[in-house]
Amino acid sequence: MIQLAWLVPLLPLLGFTIIGLAGRKLSKGLIGLIGSGTVLGAFLISLCIFFSLHEQTHTVQVFDWFAAGKLHVNFSFTIDPLSSLFLLIITGIGFLIHVYSTGYMHDDDGFHRFFAYLNLFVFFMLLLVMGSSYLLMFVGWEGVGLCSYLLIGFWFKNTSYNNAAKKAFIMNRVGDLGFLLGMLLIFVTFGSLDYSTVFSAAHDSAGSNKGVFEIIALLLFIGAMGKSAQLPLYTWLPDAMAGPTPVSALIHAATMVTAGIYMIARSSVIYVNAEIASEVVAVVGIATALFAATIGLFQNDIKKVLAYSTVSQLGLMFLGLGVGSYTGAVFHVTTHAFFKALLFLCAGSVIHAMSGEQDIRKMGGLKKFLPITHLTFLLGTLAISGLPPFSGFFSKDEILAHAYEHNKVLWMLGILVSMMTAFYMFRLYFLTFWGGFRGTQEQHHHLHESPKSMTIPLLILAALSVVGGGLGIPGEHHWLEHFLHPAFAYTQTFVHHITPDFTHELILMAIAVAGALAAIYVAWSIYVKNKMIPVDREEDMLKGQRVVYNKYYVDELYDAVIRKPLDVLSDLGYRFFELRGVDAIVNGFGTGVKWMGSGLRLLQNGNVGFYIFAMVISIILILLVNFI
Amino acid sequence: MITASLIGLPLVFGLLLLFVKGEGAKRIALVASLLELALAGFAYFTLYNDPSSDLLATSVPWITSIGADFHVSIDGISILLVLLTSFLVPIIILSGFEKKTENPALFHALILFMQMALIGVFTSRDAFLFYIFWELALIPIWFICLIWGTGENRGTITFKFFVYTLFGSLLMLAALIFVYLHTDVGNGLHSFDILAMYKAGQSLDLTQQSFVFWGLFLAFAIKMPVFPFHTWQPDTYVSAPTQGTMLLSGIMLKMGTYGLLIWLLPMTPLALDRWGMTVVVLSVISIIYASCMALVQKDYKRLIAYSSIAHVGLIAAGILANTTSHISVEGISGALLQMLSHGINVVGLFFIADILMNRTGTRDLDKLGGIRNVSPQFAVLFLIVLLGSVALPLTNGFVGEFLLLNGVYQYNTTLAVFAGLTVILGAVYMLRSYQSIMLGESNAVTSSFGALTSNEKTILVLICAAVLIFGVFPKPLLSIAQQDIEILVKTIVPINP
Repeated sequence: MIQLAWLVPLLPLLGFTIIGLAGRKLSKGLIGLIGSGTVLGAFLISLCIFFSLHEQTHTVQVFDWFAAGKLHVNFSFTIDPLSSLFLLIITGIGFLIHVYSTGYMHDDDGFHRFFAYLNLFVFFMLLLVMGSSYLLMFVGWEGVGLCSYLLIGFWFKNTSYNNAAKKAFIMNRVGDLGFLLGMLLIFVTFGSLDYSTVFSAAHDSAGSNKGVFEIIALLLFIGAMGKSAQLPLYTWLPDAMAGPTPVSALIHAATMVTAGIYMIARSSVIYVNAEIASEVVAVVGIATALFAATIGLFQNDIKKVLAYSTVSQLGLMFLGLGVGSYTGAVFHVTTHAFFKALLFLCAGSVIHAMSGEQDIRKMGGLKKFLPITHLTFLLGTLAISGLPPFSGFFSKDEILAHAYEHNKVLWMLGILVSMMTAFYMFRLYFLTFWGGFRGTQEQHHHLHESPKSMTIPLLILAALSVVGGGLGIPGEHHWLEHFLHPAFAYTQTFVHHITPDFTHELILMAIAVAGALAAIYVAWSIYVKNKMIPVDREEDMLKGQRVVYNKYYVDELYDAVIRKPLDVLSDLGYRFFELRGVDAIVNGFGTGVKWMGSGLRLLQNGNVGFYIFAMVISIILILLVNFI
Repeated sequence: MITASLIGLPLVFGLLLLFVKGEGAKRIALVASLLELALAGFAYFTLYNDPSSDLLATSVPWITSIGADFHVSIDGISILLVLLTSFLVPIIILSGFEKKTENPALFHALILFMQMALIGVFTSRDAFLFYIFWELALIPIWFICLIWGTGENRGTITFKFFVYTLFGSLLMLAALIFVYLHTDVGNGLHSFDILAMYKAGQSLDLTQQSFVFWGLFLAFAIKMPVFPFHTWQPDTYVSAPTQGTMLLSGIMLKMGTYGLLIWLLPMTPLALDRWGMTVVVLSVISIIYASCMALVQKDYKRLIAYSSIAHVGLIAAGILANTTSHISVEGISGALLQMLSHGINVVGLFFIADILMNRTGTRDLDKLGGIRNVSPQFAVLFLIVLLGSVALPLTNGFVGEFLLLNGVYQYNTTLAVFAGLTVILGAVYMLRSYQSIMLGESNAVTSSFGALTSNEKTILVLICAAVLIFGVFPKPLLSIAQQDIEILVKTIVPINP
């Protein structure tokens, strides 16, 4: 079965090819069928792989990609617990979102284009997690970046959407340069880019060249910052919400943005031996988590709130990686994929019902009209807020418990993030679904629950968000930890595994839950009891609030520090240096030669007397030079 | 035998064309170039089966008094450039099929003469012959630019181009003769044979090698071009007819990069150790400087011209970033692969610029926009070429760029970081221009753009196919060159420490 793993990415690629080439001629039903069917096929194979894995690592060779000098790159796949878990997430959630999209995108002119891109995305994402070397990961890495670009700018007539797409691609490229340099250093150090060679060499040489490990880890992390939207490369993700909502759910919440976590988890043997870099990962992670959470407190666009919450949750996952809880981070990737995909799809359902409205100030009271969306959104909100027994509780708790072991301050900040998360998520929930309707008459008239193709995926994801925590119940029977054990085998040598004391952990949990409940109560009293609606006009905000509302002016800062100077300097360089400097020197040579030519030409004036005169003078000069 | 035929075939057809009148010349030229392509394919398979096949080399005594032979041959390195040339020339000819060309017979004869000279440059194993072909290549393209070019002051521009490159060539000639005079093939005789030249070059002391090094480097640097010897290029590319620009950027500039690899590196290893850093820094400056210039261009053709300088800068850096104590086979392989990829992609981009100009009468980024609404097919094909040129993985630009950066990284980490900026800057100017041309609402200039003609479609599909196929399967190209790269490396470092 495992030898058939190459079929997993091939199916979506096939779907992309068919829809891409013939999409115009196919009916929407057929396109939806091909698009979703190929991903379902990939999911079923992934399931079979999952069950026949037996905690081993397999390599499936597809073909020889290229070889030059000492570098030999195979196009082959690594199938181990880590990649097979990601396969299930990508194809499983991917399938649900494809089904959802058949309903959500039904009336869009670009229906076939949408499914072609989506299938292409699944292909590249699968390549990213299945590749057996860093270079193949990079192939998937850049490929998903391309799909993200295409899908953010899906409605390409809109200039601001196009700008958002471009920004995402370029910012990701900044990170990719880090990834690229990290790979080069890996190659120079270990002589290969294959995981098996690199990791065993890294394992054996861990003590000797710490510095190199640190640099590799930091360079790779720059790549992760770009793809997973961490400080300072995060500003593209909120803008990426320009894409259709299923895209936000699949790419910008559940799968692509977690690629950075996958990369670091995959490279755990390097990070375990790079203490400074790990510390940096943890600090950047918690800082991003806090930063994004504060912005999330004041956003009024339903998708923007979710986007900042994604950035914030990704930050928590990096915190987990930084403090050595690789399993915890991957666990949170999994549960987050469930509930965040769910929340985005619910948001899509709401936007669908509201005829495109995304501003929560103009919603309210939707629970009557959208019962399924309301219920599933509530479950997702409970899961992300970290309340037991919902899935987010377990995964977040695991990260926080490890953070506590590592450094109490990190833990406290983590609790703060959880509280803010609970607050802004319930703020979002209350403002959207409770109270009275604040939209227009016409919107009110059109309010309706979404079709089955959209609500069934919601129900499945909601069920997963509720029970997903069962993958990793703390204590002896932590299934996920046992399952992932082989993938982190090299890492184990270097960690003195601390199983946090159970009673201790219970107290920590209690504090976290109490914090979240308090935050929810505050949200309830502001937005339900006192019926507060966020102010419309920026001028009415408090000064600090305005800074946060404007995302701390980070975009403006980048504009002023990078984009504008680059453009202005290039422009000045072009006008003055290129046209008047370099070229003028070249032309100067030309003019000089011409001028000399026209000067010398005058000497040949045809006057014999002048020639004889010149000859005599020359002879005298030569004689003088020779005799003196 | 095959190699000599590859040179002879375009020459014969070129001469034949001089006696043809009218539009039929285009078809004859196309047939000739397709025959040439088939022959090049045959050469590839011959080489693949037996690298030392007699069929691939021709060596006959030529001017015996000075020791110059007509010695041409194809090895694993030159085959790539031969393939590039013979793949691009039919495309270049085809790209003019729907356009009215004044005096088509002469125009196409010149293209074929140029092809002959280019193949000659890439296969010469004799320095004198190499120089002859090198100069021969300049003449047809100069006429093409002068007679069929556009713009008021194309006379001045082409004159500058001609004089500038000729100036470089003379330096090269001086350097080659200098080395030649140090060759010794017994009885006090000299030889222009490439291996004798290598040996003579390596026997020189540092000062002498430095002289040779700079003579050759300047000639090649002007041809590619590398900053600060590039100022002839944007003007020439813009004012040349599109097919001329394609010849210049797609194939002719590879004379420079190929020259660096085959003539400069093995002949002056000591000077490379001494001056390598200087020229690599110049190449890296080229990358960043030209990318920044590309950022602010409004004319799309000029933008591509600058992007070409940036891309070639990386190729040059990859070749030059070597020392006698460490030669990166990865970097050299990458340079070779990238010569091919760059040739294909840049021809695609210039063709796109031509389509824009023909349909809308402008290449001004500010005036274009929204073409995707009216021609979705064009949008997809354009995007694929563009992705190849920003080196997205699984397109032809990626493996070469990765290997090149790998080579530079092994040479100097800091320089690799700067060279790597091309990854970011390339994406910026390419995506920006794509957005201004293709995305958004269509306007008065672009709303009547219409679908692609079948000819345009054929060319773009061929180019896109090459972009994707060589992205996924670069192996046949890389592996055929490996052995000869190893041999070349051994030549550069005779005593491997």
